[in-house]
Amino acid sequence: MQSTPGNNRRWRTIKSAIVSALSFIAAILVVAPLGFVFFHLVRSGAGAVNLSFFTQLPKPVGEAGGGMVNAIVGTAELLGIAALIGVPVGVLGGVYLAEYGSARSNRMLRFIADVLNGVPSIIWGVVVYGLVVLRFKSFSAYAGGLSLGLIMIPLIMRTTEEVLLLVPNGYREAALALGISRWKTIVHIVMKTASKGIVTGILLALARVAGETAPLLFTAFGNRFWNHSLREPIAALPLQIFTYAISPYEDWHRQAWAGALVLIVGIFFINIVVRLLTRNPAFRVL
Amino acid sequence: MNVVTRPSIPGETEQPSLATQMSRPSRFGDRAFEWLTLAMALAVIALVFLVGWQLARGSQLAIAKFGFHFLTTSTWDPVAEQYGALPFIYGTIVSSLIALIIAVPLSIATAVYLTELAPLWVRQPLVSLIEMLAAIPSVILGLWGIFVMIPWLKAHPFPLLKTLFGWTPFFEGPIYGISMLAGGIIIAIMILPIITSVSREILRSVPNLQREAAYALGATRWEVTRIAVLSYAKKGLAGAVILGLGRALGETMAVTMVIGNTPQIKASLFAPGYTLASVIANEFTEATTDLYLQALFEVGLVLFGITILANLIAQVLIKTMAGATTTRAVQ
Repeated sequence: MQSTPGNNRRWRTIKSAIVSALSFIAAILVVAPLGFVFFHLVRSGAGAVNLSFFTQLPKPVGEAGGGMVNAIVGTAELLGIAALIGVPVGVLGGVYLAEYGSARSNRMLRFIADVLNGVPSIIWGVVVYGLVVLRFKSFSAYAGGLSLGLIMIPLIMRTTEEVLLLVPNGYREAALALGISRWKTIVHIVMKTASKGIVTGILLALARVAGETAPLLFTAFGNRFWNHSLREPIAALPLQIFTYAISPYEDWHRQAWAGALVLIVGIFFINIVVRLLTRNPAFRVL
Repeated sequence: MNVVTRPSIPGETEQPSLATQMSRPSRFGDRAFEWLTLAMALAVIALVFLVGWQLARGSQLAIAKFGFHFLTTSTWDPVAEQYGALPFIYGTIVSSLIALIIAVPLSIATAVYLTELAPLWVRQPLVSLIEMLAAIPSVILGLWGIFVMIPWLKAHPFPLLKTLFGWTPFFEGPIYGISMLAGGIIIAIMILPIITSVSREILRSVPNLQREAAYALGATRWEVTRIAVLSYAKKGLAGAVILGLGRALGETMAVTMVIGNTPQIKASLFAPGYTLASVIANEFTEATTDLYLQALFEVGLVLFGITILANLIAQVLIKTMAGATTTRAVQ
């Protein structure tokens, strides 16, 4: 069949339109799970989120009601320990990448940090189990916090580096020209200028590890009651959701949905606040 | 001491200048601060070795006892103290492949839509939604998987697949809902955001000159995308896909909740499976004997090895494709 040039042109335009439509559909399909998950979280979870959810301990099987206050507090404690480990190492490491080091060695460190980022979170649980739990013969809040903190290190390192590199060199030069020493320039001028970005990176890293379950399974372990010492097993919201979700009890399923709703609202809240605070695209981290 | 001297002002006493006073402590401060930050930056290298060493040390006995057979035998029987990781390796690979088959076309098409086709006002909100999808914790997706996705799959798509393709070995046998296929689908959802956003960064790094040249030759939008953009970005997109594979291999909670956790090798995707990550998640705290625990450490070592490998390849591909701009999305 002989096709005239005009005909051909039309077919090509149609083909282009078809592909455009397909890629639009793909985009819809990619964000669809977000909508479905959120819809079901609200539908199944909202009913069980009430005051007692935030104030009471979990009830034994068969008794209705109860809450997850210990898990919520536990997650907060774990995040606190994680931040104590992840923030100093990550931020200072990021300072080195942005302010010191040769281009070549930094490229290598960056590369390794990115590879480290791809290590499955469950591996961190296994490593911390061998490192801490076996040694001290007990699951503990310390172990759980450590595994989350280690996950945070490469995340914070990379975001800190990026925001520091956004600080114009003129700032550094002006400070050095005034006779201020290098480290004071970095701490008081460069890091101060970029402080919003650094905090953003830290918050996003916290939001990311707040939902991690796998590294806590055999480090923090979970606890049905209050944790009285950081050397004891501790409850965490994601762990509690997991335990309840795979249990055979209807009441617990409801609690799992409620816990999931609370957790996701917290995580989304941090993400949205951070994004509103910093509209600069360089601060956005996945 | 290398201090810049200024001309002395008459009447000034011969006290050391402010600069000299400060120089000594601040030099020490400079050096100390640099060493401190260096030590923290080196932590990433130390961590890689720490993980490798800890996993190898924890699995010494198992490695000595089973040797290479650990990877090639398929009996996983804690009671008989027989440990072979083949069903988990198989499950990990198959579920990750299913995930890639679903996620790669969708993600790359979405990235193309975001960079080449979408109206400008749509782009930013869409990117934010994809980032929110990435922020959903695995355990929550698993919860949704158990109570919403599985019943739905069991009711509609699975029977349909069975009637259409039931004659092939891949879609035969009873439908339980929890299955290798369900595991693959949930992993696909987990890796959609990362492949999309890395692909998007890659496509954005394609020079506009490429597109303009193709438009100037009279190409349609799709032709510009195919000829000028996609072929130019091939390598980087491959990197994005392998990065997604790395995440898929290590995905734990959501998979554990829907894949069925049965150590078997079955061709049918409707049959339950097991992955490296989920066997660790499930059995670690139940490991009562030393050898059992060691075998699980070795499973971790295998998982660490293959994910490191996937990530290395992905990073190399992505970084040769584009400069520092893309590295951000890799997180």
